[in-house]
Amino acid sequence: MMKTINGLLTPLRRIPTSAWLIALLIISILLPLPLDNYQRAVLWQTGIFAIVGLSLNIIVGYAGMFQLGHAAFYALGAYTVAILNLKFGIPVFLGMIAAVVVSGVVGFALTRPILHLRGDYLAIVTIAFGEIVRMLLVNNVGGITGGANGLFGIQLPSIFGFTFRSVLSHYYLVLFFVVVTVIAMRRLENSRLGRNWNYVREDEVAAEAMGVDVVRAKATAFLLGSGWAGLAGALYATRIGVISPDMSKFLESVIMFCIVVLGGTGSIPGIFVGTAGMIILPEVFRFVKDWRDGFVGLAMVLMMIFRPMGLWPSRRVAMEMGEDEDMPVLSQP
Amino acid sequence: MPSPPGLPYVDARAEAELAVWEHGRRVGLPLTVVRPTTVYGPGAPEFLVDAIRQLRDRRLYLVDRGTHIAGLTYVGNLVEAMILAGQAPEAAGQAYNINDDSSVTWAQYYGMLASMAELPPPTVSYSRTRALMMASLWAFVNFTRTGTAMRAVSLDHDTSRLMGIDVNRIITVVFLIGPGLGAVAGILVALYYGSFDFTMGMTFGLKAFIAAILGGIGNIPGAMLGGMILGIVESLGAGYISPQWKDVIAYVLLALTLIVRPTGLLGERVAEKL
Repeated sequence: MMKTINGLLTPLRRIPTSAWLIALLIISILLPLPLDNYQRAVLWQTGIFAIVGLSLNIIVGYAGMFQLGHAAFYALGAYTVAILNLKFGIPVFLGMIAAVVVSGVVGFALTRPILHLRGDYLAIVTIAFGEIVRMLLVNNVGGITGGANGLFGIQLPSIFGFTFRSVLSHYYLVLFFVVVTVIAMRRLENSRLGRNWNYVREDEVAAEAMGVDVVRAKATAFLLGSGWAGLAGALYATRIGVISPDMSKFLESVIMFCIVVLGGTGSIPGIFVGTAGMIILPEVFRFVKDWRDGFVGLAMVLMMIFRPMGLWPSRRVAMEMGEDEDMPVLSQP
Repeated sequence: MPSPPGLPYVDARAEAELAVWEHGRRVGLPLTVVRPTTVYGPGAPEFLVDAIRQLRDRRLYLVDRGTHIAGLTYVGNLVEAMILAGQAPEAAGQAYNINDDSSVTWAQYYGMLASMAELPPPTVSYSRTRALMMASLWAFVNFTRTGTAMRAVSLDHDTSRLMGIDVNRIITVVFLIGPGLGAVAGILVALYYGSFDFTMGMTFGLKAFIAAILGGIGNIPGAMLGGMILGIVESLGAGYISPQWKDVIAYVLLALTLIVRPTGLLGERVAEKL
């Protein structure tokens, strides 16, 4: 079964990734035009989560650390832009910059003392951080988070007199940021820092022996990953206009984690496949009503059985983990 | 009260006795089997020295409030019984259960020990079900073949496979036992609160995970300790600070513990996970 799928996909993999990305971009621009507003909103959400997925991919995919509280930084970005806009009247585009900085710095400061933890320990502490952030938001810290009801009335983003009012225009705004993110990630992947992350993921001790500053590499991954999640949260807040502590729910973090693992850790196209799977699939399954989540869950289980490395694994990760180019059969979790 | 079969200690003793009988029959040696109950006496490690040490550390816990009869045998009486059995010709081929003529319960026995050593008597008691489950799990993980294989797999998949362990089977067994014990806990919780719903597992799952990590993963006493600390700190935090911050207190406690002790409170096992 797996061999056949791999056999079918192998010729596709020969096409350079940049060609895929350009094709994807053109499809992304044209796709929402014939659709109705509901479908456009689903695509919009896919774009938001693609940014989140790509940001989490830095931490999980490149640096190989567990982060199950990523939604906290996503929520933090949304709250930053909302509070700055509502309390201080700062325009949302400036607020977005602040959101990236705040999420990044908080992510860095929170995870810096726990970087020496490994695997499951790191996972549970990041869950704890996610929940702490959510509880802080629910308990209305400093009277600025709006408690369990959250905040509402955030302005729509506008630039040079143009306001991103319609779903379509906001979709293109998100798409712009997706493209920026993808280019940034491509550059990052092959940079010195990106390669350092790979060394750290594959073998921490060996990386350290080779002169890679492991702690610094990991901290940078959290800094960049959390900050970029903040951008996605800020984008979300500026269209929906209403944000609540539910954005930082554990389930949200799990969905983000699934996006990365489902698509293939460390793989940019994989993230898009994973996002489509986690965001569009539940919408497609709407006709089965209450059984929806069950079907999505089943699809995920089947996928992990037949493609344990993700739907679109990163070539680099596959080479490191597998025995040959034709995709490994790896039973180790 | 006799121990039920299925406990490794009980089974091992029964199997050992059968092996002795079998060997005696084969070589034609007349045998007498002496089965003493709880042996105590001067310098006895388990029921005297260790017991006093545990009393001093406040680590001695009763089962069912210590109401069961301890079945004590004084070591002098046991020796006399053995000499008697060895000398009497009619004892050949017989098995004798040796026990003092007393009906002292565990609570009484440990109470006396404590007063002799001028220590406070044990007060914490576990229910029989809980004690049995904890002891069985501990014995299973530590003394059986499957348990040993389980610990090997948790250390290193590849090496375990080289040692002839069926890794996938062990993982399956783990997923058989873990959810099974979880189900027992779920039943107990539902019985205690008298209500249940299908999302009740979420909080418990997360809290259980935190408790296990707090105490040190792969360490059963550690998981118990973690659970107790978590429960107490949460309740005290809810009472003294605010119920709203209950969960935050638990999570902050976890984070701080792991910053200071990355392997948990009792986690002496430094297996690298994943």
